Amino acid sequence: MGKTINLTLKVWRQKDAQSPGKFEVYQAKGIDTDMSFLEMLDVVNENLTKEGKDPIAFDHDCREGICGACGAVVNGQAHGPQRGTTLCQLHMRNFHDGQTLVIEPWRSAVFPVVKDLAVDRCSFDRVIQAGGFISVKTGQAPEANAIPVPKEKAELAMDAAQCIGCGACVAACPNGSAMLFVAAKVAHLNLLPQGEVEKDRRVLDMVGQMDKEGFGNCSNEYECEAACPKTISVANIARMNKYHRNAFDHR
Amino acid sequence: MLDPKVPSGPLKDKWTAHKFNCKLVNPANKRKYKVLVVGTGLAGASAAASLAELGYQVESFCFQDTPRRAHSIAAQGGINAAKNYPNDGDSIKRLFYDTIKGGDFRSREANVYRLAEVSNAIIDQCVAQGVPFAREYAGYLDNRSFGGAQVSRTFYARGQTGQQLLLGAYQALLKEAAKKNVTVHPRTEMLDLVVIDGAAKGIVVRNLTTGRIESHYGDAVVLATGGYGNVFYLSTNAKGCNVTAIWRAHKKGAFFANPCYTQIHPTCIPVHGDYQSKLTLMSEGLRNDGRVWVPKNSGDKRPPQEIPENDRDYFLERKYPSFGNLVPRDIASRAAKEQCDAGRGVGGGHAVYLDFAQAIERVGEQAIKERYGNLFDMYQKITDHDPYRTPMMIYPAVHYAMGGLWVDYNLMSNVPGLFVIGEANFSDHGANRLGASALMQGLADGYFILPYTIGDYLAKIKPADKNIVTHAEFKRSEQESGSQIEKLLSIRGKRTVDDFHRELGHLLWDKCGMARNAAGLKEALQKIPKIREEFWRNVTVLGSGEEFNQALERAGRVADFLEFGELLVADALHREESCGGHFREEYQTPEGEALRRDDAFAYVAAWQFTGAGKPETLHKEELKYEEAHLAQRNYK
Repeated sequence: MGKTINLTLKVWRQKDAQSPGKFEVYQAKGIDTDMSFLEMLDVVNENLTKEGKDPIAFDHDCREGICGACGAVVNGQAHGPQRGTTLCQLHMRNFHDGQTLVIEPWRSAVFPVVKDLAVDRCSFDRVIQAGGFISVKTGQAPEANAIPVPKEKAELAMDAAQCIGCGACVAACPNGSAMLFVAAKVAHLNLLPQGEVEKDRRVLDMVGQMDKEGFGNCSNEYECEAACPKTISVANIARMNKYHRNAFDHR
Repeated sequence: MLDPKVPSGPLKDKWTAHKFNCKLVNPANKRKYKVLVVGTGLAGASAAASLAELGYQVESFCFQDTPRRAHSIAAQGGINAAKNYPNDGDSIKRLFYDTIKGGDFRSREANVYRLAEVSNAIIDQCVAQGVPFAREYAGYLDNRSFGGAQVSRTFYARGQTGQQLLLGAYQALLKEAAKKNVTVHPRTEMLDLVVIDGAAKGIVVRNLTTGRIESHYGDAVVLATGGYGNVFYLSTNAKGCNVTAIWRAHKKGAFFANPCYTQIHPTCIPVHGDYQSKLTLMSEGLRNDGRVWVPKNSGDKRPPQEIPENDRDYFLERKYPSFGNLVPRDIASRAAKEQCDAGRGVGGGHAVYLDFAQAIERVGEQAIKERYGNLFDMYQKITDHDPYRTPMMIYPAVHYAMGGLWVDYNLMSNVPGLFVIGEANFSDHGANRLGASALMQGLADGYFILPYTIGDYLAKIKPADKNIVTHAEFKRSEQESGSQIEKLLSIRGKRTVDDFHRELGHLLWDKCGMARNAAGLKEALQKIPKIREEFWRNVTVLGSGEEFNQALERAGRVADFLEFGELLVADALHREESCGGHFREEYQTPEGEALRRDDAFAYVAAWQFTGAGKPETLHKEELKYEEAHLAQRNYK
């Protein structure tokens, strides 16, 4: 057991995408500092339910930082104050007794609120659908070791491939840009020899879809990297810009 | 006796011969058939993508906000295949045999052989999709070792192998969605299976955003809805994992096989508080370098670094010298429990050490960081302890369900047209699954087995008319699903859904966890109906059914756990032997190992639903071994 702390929560409550939302204030008392942030919200929700009040809706699933379902802006920071950490892996020992926490959903016109802290991130799926894949059908693959991949490239691809699609990069960006999300997938696939054949089409189509969805432009704030729970590097954005320029040249 | 429809002929030729004998649907006719695939984990996403590539109309459903989040994503350590790249003696036969033996001779031989046979094609497929597996400096694929094997056959992408494989399958799925060969329905939960004239013809679902209940018809229904480990409340599963889809299919006639085979994973972060919502796994891959130990003397309160070698008991290495720290999961878990029960547990008594000090000394901190960095970080975030400096503390936790809906060799349940793949079926892991084999099975089923066997079924039926959704059976399912929701919302009792779930979970962990006995199981059988009865009288679910209502979603799932839990216990009570993850205290060798009773229990127990609250009817599938010889497992 850690020690216990008391907190004041200001939580964004919104019935659905159409309804207006507002902050509600709740007291979270006797919170064990060994709890995760979501476990703290569980406790608050259990109490709200017992009082006959609607519990706070928030997306979550694996609670080990890999599914990408959870996320909220805590005191202005996407996923809260700890670097490289999803909300579910953020533990209450990062907060102190008496603190006030302002908890909001991802703020982006492209992520409409489903309810309270839960948002709709289907736009990310549509970006992947535009080209975030290698078009190999089941059964077509050659022997796995037929194409050696330099270890350095495989590692760089893996660094980018770690993206969990949570949307924190968009929430953290003053422009609501999805460049880091899109760049991570473009870099992952374009760095590998397997992704070479479709690399031009991939980057053009994914960037095209990103723009169509209404995500903002990148102005090199690097807030995305700072908020990314997998600390994916903005170097991938530079990589994507290079692929994009080359793709134009190749047309 | 149930007929598994295993093809005749020598074991190694069965699958090849069967693929030739499967009827084909010609390319022009494929688009006339619609297949519903529920679940988008490794099995579901790979199946939906592969079936769409073949030309079938596919609809894919998941309860998460996007198909990329299914819990396969959390698998850490790796995926097995019989490539034998390290030249260390692996082969299809060895992978087959290790899996049969690891499963304590309670799996179907022909399925396991086929799994080993297609394992290599999975690695080829995933590499072609761009899965960034670990590589050596020459650019070739690297391997690591996992439990229950003396060869290195596990392919991995750092500690995030499941994530990378799932994203590969998810991307393959979306590639087909882009071509409009698949329609993806996120935030959609299956509530019922619709059976018409004895065959599966569709499902009833709830749109979790709007609450609307909808019917979907299909010429075949594929359930890829994962395992039921969350019946124990605390497990390594994601919070949303549930038994609902397979349980409701069970209530519509599908047999449930071997529910008592639950895997307790040895290396998880121990429970640390009542509020705890889930347990976190530390990959089995860590046992490549970590050494498991406890203080030799109970009550030794010194910090681990101050306990000298002579006062430590590396109990796995001592008891099982040839496999050491890499014994299968069931054995490692029981050994840890045995130490803790004897008072030698650390950190409050319910933990053992997993120590990397010697590995760090041997290969350096940087090498350890490259291998397990993300796991070490996760451990530190959760526990606030630095595993580079002090040993991890670990304890077993519920992890995987070997049991599931019964399927034949074609992965079809006893309900024609209902196919079950991945963790949701029972087929390949017997009474204990080996590490890195779940990913292998999910992808084998989805990429390489179902696409053949489902064609054989569809070729023999006519495509359904889309007006079939107005059939009385669809209406009845919609009404029943709707009225259950109304009932849950109308109770307005005093206890929350999670409160009931926790009570059920504690009871099952206590009486039907790592060790079970007849008295405890009978006690659980008395208590579960009482919890269920109180649930339906005293649960509180606020809000309405026509909105995004997460407590309502959980209530429906817990209602099913409260029914399913009873079957799990009944199965454990009926199986009067110990095998794999099912350890009955009454049946053990003098050394405390699991004592199988092949004379009486070499069968699959497949249970038939007979009505709410009534005992289920047992059907048996005899397990016959042609290649593997029934033997007591020996990892010493």
